[in-house]
Amino acid sequence: MGSSLARSMLRDGHQVSCLDEDPEAHARLEIGLEKSWEDMGGQFTVGTGLEIEALLEAGIEQADAFVAATDGDNTNIVIAQIAKRRFNVPTVIARILDPYRAEWYEQQGLHTICPTRVAIEMLETEVKEAAARSVARR
Amino acid sequence: MYVIIVGAGKVGWNLGRELLDKEHEVTLIENDRDRYLTVEQELEHNVQYGDASELWVLERAGISRADLVIAVTGDDEDNMLISQVAKEKYMVERTITRVNNPRNKQWFELLGIGPVVSATDLILRLIEHEVPRYGLVHLLNLPQERLEIIELLLAEDSPVKGQRVGDLELPEGSLLISVLREGRGFVPGPDTVLESGDEVLAVLDPGMEEELKAYFGPDGSSSE
Repeated sequence: MGSSLARSMLRDGHQVSCLDEDPEAHARLEIGLEKSWEDMGGQFTVGTGLEIEALLEAGIEQADAFVAATDGDNTNIVIAQIAKRRFNVPTVIARILDPYRAEWYEQQGLHTICPTRVAIEMLETEVKEAAARSVARR
Repeated sequence: MYVIIVGAGKVGWNLGRELLDKEHEVTLIENDRDRYLTVEQELEHNVQYGDASELWVLERAGISRADLVIAVTGDDEDNMLISQVAKEKYMVERTITRVNNPRNKQWFELLGIGPVVSATDLILRLIEHEVPRYGLVHLLNLPQERLEIIELLLAEDSPVKGQRVGDLELPEGSLLISVLREGRGFVPGPDTVLESGDEVLAVLDPGMEEELKAYFGPDGSSSE
């Protein structure tokens, strides 16, 4: 999710910096790119969002927006709060899979995206439409 | 008192057992199936299986009526968020949270989570206490009350050696509360005469320690 977003933001002409604890994640960034991530103007730092040095190296102090999209809800919630409270990044978005928690943190003023909720809504719409069609056929 | 303990590792399990012995009502929450089954053999219905980062697991354990939530898993992010929702969502009055990596302590503070317990810190402090390098040991920090308690070791060449406590001109915002001498502790009066080798406990406003240390003279370790 993070790498696709990073590529599309970079293509749109934004300055993009990625932070990942896995050095191999760099290769994923370059999928479908004609040049290397760095040649395209991107930045990549190895580290976690709990390491202050890594956040600084990735340039959090200059960031206009911060997206926490690791595969762990807890990590995302914590580092989003760090970005917001400690570094005052103007726009902070956290990916939270658990809809119940996403809702609560949203109420607490954290901007959240819940892919699960989006998927549930899509499925509901599809299933309801299918049900309606089958009723109509009868 | 109703206590919820998250994480049935060594700390959580033993804590749960002790609290049950003291007749408290306890629920442990453990998210590793094998560990849960092991602990369940002893603590039976007092342990529940589930991931306490999920709100429904906390709700099933009855979090809204808990008097105390103790988060002692091996994962700092989990501990932080469990204590955060306990306090802010479920209005639990008291939480105690374990810090596994002392470097993460700043984030617990940032999220307003306290008090925290760090085994690494405790052991470090004990080492400092057993091996005093600076002649000054932090015993207690009460940031809320804005007070600290410290221990000073009076060196052979301390300028206050041989002085009456009543004659001391202690920096403002500090007070001697006890003297440990030859393994015995007592509360000093104005006529108490300080001797080298005395361990002096003082209570002070935060940030006063350097001033107090300077007043009591050179590095206490030089007496050994």
